[in-house]
Amino acid sequence: MSDAAEGQQHPLGIYYAIWILLFVLSIFSYMVDYYQFQGYMRWTLILVFMMLKAGFIVAIFMHMAWERMALITAILLPPLLLLVLVALMAIEGDYTFLARVLFFGADPNAVPLSPVHH
Amino acid sequence: MANSNEASAGTLVEDWSGDKETFRVHWGKAMMWIFLLSDTFIFTSFLTSYMHVRMSTAEPWPNASEVFALTMFGQSIPLILIAIMTFVLITSSGTMALAVNYGYRRDRKKTATLLVITALLGATFVGMQAFEWSKLIAEGVRPWGNPMGAAQFGSCFFMITGFHGGHVTGGVIYLAYVATGVINGRYEEKGYDIVEICGLYWHFVDLVWVFIFAFFYLW
Repeated sequence: MSDAAEGQQHPLGIYYAIWILLFVLSIFSYMVDYYQFQGYMRWTLILVFMMLKAGFIVAIFMHMAWERMALITAILLPPLLLLVLVALMAIEGDYTFLARVLFFGADPNAVPLSPVHH
Repeated sequence: MANSNEASAGTLVEDWSGDKETFRVHWGKAMMWIFLLSDTFIFTSFLTSYMHVRMSTAEPWPNASEVFALTMFGQSIPLILIAIMTFVLITSSGTMALAVNYGYRRDRKKTATLLVITALLGATFVGMQAFEWSKLIAEGVRPWGNPMGAAQFGSCFFMITGFHGGHVTGGVIYLAYVATGVINGRYEEKGYDIVEICGLYWHFVDLVWVFIFAFFYLW
């Protein structure tokens, strides 16, 4: 068995590059919390950094970028169905929250207490 | 039309039932990917139920930035332990990717060393999680309530991070098994696909953490 014919072989440089990139993206997402970005800005930044990190891990570290289309579609398309579940539960959660505020007198603006660290 | 449908269905059946590997990859790799697909559904179910209880509760949700803050060098730094855990896991993913590469190059010494480093980083992650859990438990966080706000915080936290931590623990054992195999030359004849398959599992654990970090700690 010749070594060249075996498995996924890529130059090491690409792994180091992705590794550093993941570090930088993690620092960025930590900074989102550290500098207390709020509202739509916070959510956009969180989701963009999350998707970039997830994409690089799957494409490069898990070698999906070099796999055959048949395997890529078989693995990556089914999870998209989960977005339907997420959408349904978001609508349902919103409705329950509204009912609790309108009909059960819950305070929608209540603030959590600060934790007491030991 | 009917003929071409039959032909394509026939090809599909032949592809799966023929004496060859489906998707033209190592069978173990295809099976690992299918297992990871099912695991994706499990973790998404957890995260979706967390999203649902968090959106539906009118009780205030505890502020993760404060709850997971640590006092270091005399000042309180938000989420610092979680940030360090993230870097430990990413580093272990990097060493794992290198191990896969050296495995296919049949450099047994480097492969085994990198696998052991990956396992040690994984064990470090679990240790830090144990520290985080005991700290929260000491501060009164339980699956049924906590001193800060919504009771669901505890159940979501212990369920999601516990299941993920379980995966990391399993991964460490898996890595240790593969590392011993590499040292003993168990894969010299079979080929080093098992290192890549093990790597897929390990990267997946890192992948799940990316989502937990975004949705549980940063929301």
